[in-house]
Amino acid sequence: MLIFTFRRLLISVPTLLFIALVIFLLLDLSPGDPMAQVPLTVPPEVKEKMRLALGLGEPGYIRFAKWLIQFFWIEPLNTVDHIFGTGFAEGKLRVISWQTRSPVMDIIYQRLPQTLWVVGLSYVVGVLIALPIGIYSAYRQYSVFDQAGTFVSMVGYSVPPFFSGVLLIVIFSVKLGWLPSIYDTTHVVNDWASFKVQLKQMIMPVMVLALQTTAQISRFMRASMLDNLNQDYVRTARAKGMSESVVVMVHVLRNSMIPVVTVIAMGVPGIFGGAIITEQVFKVNGIGQLLITSIQANDLPMVQTLTFIFAVLIVVFNLIADILYGVLDPRIRYD
Amino acid sequence: MPDGVLPVLDVRDLTTVFHTRSGDLHAVNSVSFDLHAGELLGVVGESGSGKSVTMMALIGLLPSPPAVVRSGQVLFGGHDLLTVDKDTLRAIRGKRIGFVFQDPMTSLNPVFTVGFQIMEPLRKHMGLNKSAAWTRAAELLHLVGIPDATQRLKDYPHQFSGGMRQRVMIAMALACDPEVLIADEPTTALDVTIQAQILELIKALREKSGMAIIWITHDLGVIAGIADRVIVMYGGQVVEQAPVAELFANPRHPYTRALLKTVPSVHGQRAARLKVIEGQPPILRSAPDACVFLPRCAHGFGRCAAENPQRRAVGVGHDLACHWDGETEDG
Repeated sequence: MLIFTFRRLLISVPTLLFIALVIFLLLDLSPGDPMAQVPLTVPPEVKEKMRLALGLGEPGYIRFAKWLIQFFWIEPLNTVDHIFGTGFAEGKLRVISWQTRSPVMDIIYQRLPQTLWVVGLSYVVGVLIALPIGIYSAYRQYSVFDQAGTFVSMVGYSVPPFFSGVLLIVIFSVKLGWLPSIYDTTHVVNDWASFKVQLKQMIMPVMVLALQTTAQISRFMRASMLDNLNQDYVRTARAKGMSESVVVMVHVLRNSMIPVVTVIAMGVPGIFGGAIITEQVFKVNGIGQLLITSIQANDLPMVQTLTFIFAVLIVVFNLIADILYGVLDPRIRYD
Repeated sequence: MPDGVLPVLDVRDLTTVFHTRSGDLHAVNSVSFDLHAGELLGVVGESGSGKSVTMMALIGLLPSPPAVVRSGQVLFGGHDLLTVDKDTLRAIRGKRIGFVFQDPMTSLNPVFTVGFQIMEPLRKHMGLNKSAAWTRAAELLHLVGIPDATQRLKDYPHQFSGGMRQRVMIAMALACDPEVLIADEPTTALDVTIQAQILELIKALREKSGMAIIWITHDLGVIAGIADRVIVMYGGQVVEQAPVAELFANPRHPYTRALLKTVPSVHGQRAARLKVIEGQPPILRSAPDACVFLPRCAHGFGRCAAENPQRRAVGVGHDLACHWDGETEDG
């Protein structure tokens, strides 16, 4: 297993380098001008100088190599400096956002907590709701509960968050006035009262996103349980006199979790990607919002770095999913 | 068998219906039989004759819906298994009645070790703690002839061959020393050499423990070699019952005779074609009111279409459900 993991990690290095190159080329080839938002009163020759100052005068391969060095060497050094108070990266140029002129990673570290709280929590909530629904729906297939679950899943699948989010705002913020419609990023939790405020402002975005997760994972769980409930080994377990709870929650569940765990693990990178639309609807100052504003402002270093981080997470969680698969299923142990 | 001894298992008038979208299917129709201590009862019939469904129904293993047990009694240890509460039934399943299923490749849970699966009934029914159950599980594996038993407890089913898995199934079924073992075509999925080994194993285990066995098969050769008594099933009914020697020497029901004729002989001249029983076993949409074998029977006459024959005794321990007297050749 260790060798398998190591080998996979090694293989992922060229994969990621290739991904980085593709992202870089795509961004470089796409139309757009980082100076587009500079006021028209600024003379063209000044704009040209500004372009050169951003490093745009250099050929593409130099810019790509510089980005690679900054991202893979200088940024990790900075993190080390930050944690241990050392000075390895002093004076070295980091990946700088064209839009704000501050280091890209600093902005990401600022934005990440909001996204992780809202989107991450909604994922956890969604999965925790989805698993029991999926299990029970399959066990009582075509029951009233199962039909209701199917209906809710269909709603979760088909209603987009820009509709359900706005609907919730209209009901709970405008009509009832119970919950704030805007997520206040600067809010600091330091006592019970402020915790309640935080809870209140998180409920709606978390629920909107959890509905989608619940819909997907519960359907998947149900299908996987149904696949296994009719297997011969289930009959064997019953013939041994095992109680229904042991039959379903031990024998069937363990088998059904194999594909579901994979799907759950592969969904995790999506959390870091943020929820572009939901973050916009509730004004959550997260990664998704950062990405969309950076794209609009042609902030290429920011877009490049964010996209590449997503790529890394996807590769890493694919590996984690594969390892979990091996842990759960003894027939697929990689050794 | 001495008269007056109560059977360990007494099935009376068991009737089971499957509710399906295209209507009801009458899978088991008034099946009655009994099983005495230490006896090996063979159940034969072609696929779809209701052998397995009968055994599943009597122990409550049929999924409901679609299956509904319409009527009958299954008397075992002072309980009627069809009306007893679920907890009591669970305490009987796996403890006092063991099961071995047809396909050892799919009947074991792929994600748990063999040891875990054998220990489950031990811990539940016998109240053994983990280490005692482990020791007993190793004994059981050894008993069913798996070498290096203690080591193999840690292995998963996919690390065993088909024959070895069936031995594991048998070890699991025997874990709590059951009074009755129901073996549902336990050798059908195995090749002939392994089949012979499993047969020998069951024979030996039966001599050791004195349990009663119901052996479901469509292989008459197996039945001849192992059974004390045989019931022949067709269309969800028992059509003939006889001690094994009597059945092979003096089969009375046209279906039994036809079945025996289909067994290819290894002696004498090679037949040009294998013998078959023309037609298909019936799919019963309603409770049968005529003889279920009539469409394929060479001896059918007027009464067969009008009245489903009841079982009648024709000898010591020999009965059959047929109107034909066995002599008139009226085609």
